[in-house]
Amino acid sequence: MNTSAVLAILGMGIATYLTRLSGFYLLRGLNVSGRSKAALDALPPAVLMAVIAPVILTTGWAESIAAAITAVAAFFRLPLTVTIIVGIVSVVALRWIFA
Amino acid sequence: MTGAAEVAPVVVAYIPIGLLWGTLAAAKGIAPLEAVMMSVIVFAGSAQFVAVDMWRDPVPVLLLTFTALIINVRHVLMSASLSRHIEAIPRAWHPLVAYFLVDESWALAERRALSSPLTLPYYLGITLPLAATWWITTCIGAMLGRALGDPSAIGLDFAFSAMFIAILMGFWKGPSTAGVLAASGAVAAATHLAFAGPWYIVAGGLAGALYAYATWRAEEAA
Repeated sequence: MNTSAVLAILGMGIATYLTRLSGFYLLRGLNVSGRSKAALDALPPAVLMAVIAPVILTTGWAESIAAAITAVAAFFRLPLTVTIIVGIVSVVALRWIFA
Repeated sequence: MTGAAEVAPVVVAYIPIGLLWGTLAAAKGIAPLEAVMMSVIVFAGSAQFVAVDMWRDPVPVLLLTFTALIINVRHVLMSASLSRHIEAIPRAWHPLVAYFLVDESWALAERRALSSPLTLPYYLGITLPLAATWWITTCIGAMLGRALGDPSAIGLDFAFSAMFIAILMGFWKGPSTAGVLAASGAVAAATHLAFAGPWYIVAGGLAGALYAYATWRAEEAA
């Protein structure tokens, strides 16, 4: 095993861990209400949307339509596993159609 | 363990991704032991894929460290948001909660917090299967050293997007949510097209929060 490889792994690990831990202390002691609370409440859907935006908006018709079908399945409150399977089956079928 | 049941499809989707990462790492000359060390110590899929891509001899230690920091800045937003739902978890466990925080476990935990308090058994029920799957499959991939096929051929690459969409629908609270999603989606897509790298997640997340901040009305909250 090579020393710089181990150092790189440790460096990446510490950097990654700090990003995951720091958020726990950002809001500590703050009384969050009103506008700030609205902004924080919006973070989960906003971050989720940002994560999927490149796939569902900029990849192609198959992914965009499969995303819409998945959203409809989720809207009808199908269980999470079923919704994911609907999404996978849709994207495979649509990629085949658009291929 | 309800958590373990809900995480099952995500575990299945992790398998080909982990195998793929292990084989790419092996192809770059990363030893199986180093690959497992990285999966346990770093435990971050997207950062590990980028690291393998940048891996060379001599290993660029500082560059890899800085890149991991940039790629994972989104976790600051995720852990800040999750910090409001971890009161039921003893404080001594919070450092472990942070270690296990990846996109998928965060999304499932936020979804859980919508309906009931987030408990340690639930959180470990979703995160331990994910982590164990990542550690084991990346190790197998690194030892095999050759790809077992393309995950996108059977649509498994879409499993994560489908899960995020499903969880996203749970946050729907009416027209104000539509504005948040439009702001986030538009800014994230534009950022993704304009800049290489993972900036689009932080940009979109902040745009959505900023939209909610700017359009907040006191009477709605009352």
